[in-house]
Amino acid sequence: MLDKLKRFAASFSSEAHFWSIRLVDEATQDHEVRNDVVQPFRTSRDYGAMVTAHSDGGAGYAATSDVSVAGLQAALDLATARARASAGYSLIDFAKVPVIPGRGEYTSPGMAIELPSRAGWLELLARECAGAAISERIVERAASVQITHSDHAYLSSDGAQIEQHFRFILPNMRVTGHAEGDTQVRSLAGYGALQQGGLEILTRLKFDGSGRRLADDVLRLLAAPNCPTGVRDLLLMPDQMMLQIHESIGHPLELDRILGDERNFAGWSFVTPEMFGNYRYGSDLLNITFDPAAEGEAASYAFDDDGTRAEKQHLIRHGMLERPLGGALSQARAGMSGVANSRSSSWNRAPIDRMANLNLEPGTSSMAQMIGGIEHGILMSSNVSWSIDDRRNKFQFGCEFGQLIEHGQLTEIVKNPNYRGISASFWRSLAAVGDASTCGTYGTPFCGKGEPMQVVRVGHASPACVFKDIEVFGGGI
Amino acid sequence: MNRATIEWDRHFAALADEIIGKRQAGEEILCSLSAEQSDFIRFNAAKVRQIGSVQQGHLTLRLISGERHAYSTLTVSGSMAQDLADVAQTLLTLRASLLDTGADPHLLFDQSSWQRTTFRTGRVPQAEALVRTVGECAKGLDFVGFYAGGTIIEGFASSTGSRGWYQVSNFNFSWSLYDANGRAIKTSYAGDDWDDAVFARKVDEAARRLEYFTQTPKVLTRGSYRTYFAPAAMQELIGLIGYEGFSAREHATARSPLYKLNSGTQNFDPRISLSEDLDLGLTPAFNEDGYLRESVSLIEQGRGIGQLTSARSAREYGLRPNGANAAEMTTSLSMTGGALPEAEVLAALGTGLYVGNLWYLNVSDRTQCRLTGMTRFATFWVEDGQIRSPVDAMRFDDSLYRLLGSEVEHLTDTPELLLEDSTWGQRRTGGMKLPGMVVRSFELTL
Repeated sequence: MLDKLKRFAASFSSEAHFWSIRLVDEATQDHEVRNDVVQPFRTSRDYGAMVTAHSDGGAGYAATSDVSVAGLQAALDLATARARASAGYSLIDFAKVPVIPGRGEYTSPGMAIELPSRAGWLELLARECAGAAISERIVERAASVQITHSDHAYLSSDGAQIEQHFRFILPNMRVTGHAEGDTQVRSLAGYGALQQGGLEILTRLKFDGSGRRLADDVLRLLAAPNCPTGVRDLLLMPDQMMLQIHESIGHPLELDRILGDERNFAGWSFVTPEMFGNYRYGSDLLNITFDPAAEGEAASYAFDDDGTRAEKQHLIRHGMLERPLGGALSQARAGMSGVANSRSSSWNRAPIDRMANLNLEPGTSSMAQMIGGIEHGILMSSNVSWSIDDRRNKFQFGCEFGQLIEHGQLTEIVKNPNYRGISASFWRSLAAVGDASTCGTYGTPFCGKGEPMQVVRVGHASPACVFKDIEVFGGGI
Repeated sequence: MNRATIEWDRHFAALADEIIGKRQAGEEILCSLSAEQSDFIRFNAAKVRQIGSVQQGHLTLRLISGERHAYSTLTVSGSMAQDLADVAQTLLTLRASLLDTGADPHLLFDQSSWQRTTFRTGRVPQAEALVRTVGECAKGLDFVGFYAGGTIIEGFASSTGSRGWYQVSNFNFSWSLYDANGRAIKTSYAGDDWDDAVFARKVDEAARRLEYFTQTPKVLTRGSYRTYFAPAAMQELIGLIGYEGFSAREHATARSPLYKLNSGTQNFDPRISLSEDLDLGLTPAFNEDGYLRESVSLIEQGRGIGQLTSARSAREYGLRPNGANAAEMTTSLSMTGGALPEAEVLAALGTGLYVGNLWYLNVSDRTQCRLTGMTRFATFWVEDGQIRSPVDAMRFDDSLYRLLGSEVEHLTDTPELLLEDSTWGQRRTGGMKLPGMVVRSFELTL
């Protein structure tokens, strides 16, 4: 890909003082078996380029699905014209933004290992789908996997040359039950099972046997009482910690959001620039890292979409806020250090500050120790509902599965478990962080933000964690 | 400058003819095109944050052979030679994939032949001029906004002889004006006939409304509040149930948040009537299964009476397809208004909460259609029919069976047209026409 871009670029003419081209070629396959019926095969290929130009202090972009030499030259001309149109009206003086041209490549782990054929995938999916057919109360069973190969090349007028190849696997198993006017759903991880690699992902997620396992859960939930209302200690499993980290740490720390770019849509942040370096975000046990090098996690990469080399950084260390999620441009605007997280959903969207892999570092507590230390609590897993305010503070999250904890013992299963809190105080109630044996790695392709809107892939790895004195409640009117 | 515009109508017609000409005995082919030529401009602090243009086309081919079928979507460039080469390769891949595909018991597509064309040109601003206009109109204001404008295209062609074309040029500009305390008024200007004077007037009106924020905010505690929902807030409430609430498939699997309404065990207030209304003219009149879309009455006098049924659901559940898209989501919802003139809203509310916008809604109990979310932007405390003070963002958690049922007091008499502003992947068509609503109580929780 990079060689093709270089050949094209050799013939470009431009008066822009800087230009870049980002080429994306992404192929996706979807396999699904629903209620024992093989769903039609779907493939897609999305191929296009984004050209960015800086001129007279302004910046413009043009995205095109015409990746011929003429198409890219036309895009470069248009991007340059847009850059000039914004000169004098631009929020940022792009002539003064330092650019460090990256060079290198990245490949997802296990890319050389072949995946099953469609027939092989369908056999695997059909087995799980059939495994969930254990009762007439099970009304829908759906097993699916999405495989995406995404190839990216980035070339700039100042010498950046980057090529990255990704393979994403998104398996899911979802079982729905219905009885006596109530509906309950269990899933492998919602759409949170995204990772890079191959079949080992399904092994890690215990995909084999998931149909039967989730169907059993559904029947137990249908027979369970509603989650009680009250204040309890809350043990969140990694597949819910993913969402908790994402919404109430990840989004508030996005530097473009802090700088106000998202105020018309995705929102602002309760975090302000002055808080970095001296704000206590959580208890001493809270350690949050931006880790693009985590093997196989959904948003691992070597360079972001502005060509900046990506490295692991602590954002929160022992509870203290250190560093925002801001790419090179936001760092220059804010005058603070950040990370390489300027990312776009594809060739047709311009990069902005996004989460990538945002992880909570393991602690020292075993699962038995955490449960044993709870006098009056509840375990919740698998996110089903999420909502948070535009400053990423007041949240309410719901899970598929709940189980009460009394006097250090797991007891009754409860349905419709929900909890609510405020980000600024919630993380300070972090009372225990699980050790590596409690960790799970998750990821989603559906992190939304931006104008125009963009969904990007993000990864979150976390141990199970305990929070003290949280407001929990169940369903019902 | 603008790049050379692709004549997508001619390109698609020629491409579809070539594709359909390549079918083999016993095959049918359905072709669906989504394309756009759009300008996007983001503003922050009344200055340009990002400015750019997107030209893209995506073509979905569906190859059907007997009871077997498969889909493939590819990017099209507008160059006939390149696109024909890509299409030929895609057809080969699709044909090969059918070899190891079994019969699909839920396969259904329309085999009739029809022609539909919507072609609306519009007057949209030039990006260069708009940058200057915003610079002048928003001078001195903390203006944060997003302009999206240009041409949106949806096309369909089938080997059974149907041809559909929907091409509109329009714009959607939304912006928020922030005061020094971080409170904001959000406004939008959408349509297909841009006028600098209208934009300037809307910015000016919004700026004057910032005066409401000069009062000390009213601190609310959790509890029930008499509330008025402006149409933009109704758009969030109704829009959320539009995702799954009217889907025939979601109802059949008991996953619909309106399962009880559609099963007849719960009703809304008799004044609530909702329909998927194609007469609004906001969306293509055809779908990618080849069916002409129909207006569908969904709720009539508070009772669930209809659902959106895609071809696949129709075959699976023995229903009649009504042109719904594959996701069975609403795209053009219309809600019947009531008797309350807009000018009397504050008087009818008396003392309570005026909610201009809601934000980040989600279902907190699917069975009970309980929704949670936040107030946002123009939300005020009203006393004796007068706006008294702003209200900081509050969380709610309440059932739509209450809000559209026992708690309904008034619906405004002139539903407002709210055009779709989604840009996930591509600018979208569609919208909603909704009234405002006064309810006796609305449950705030945090």
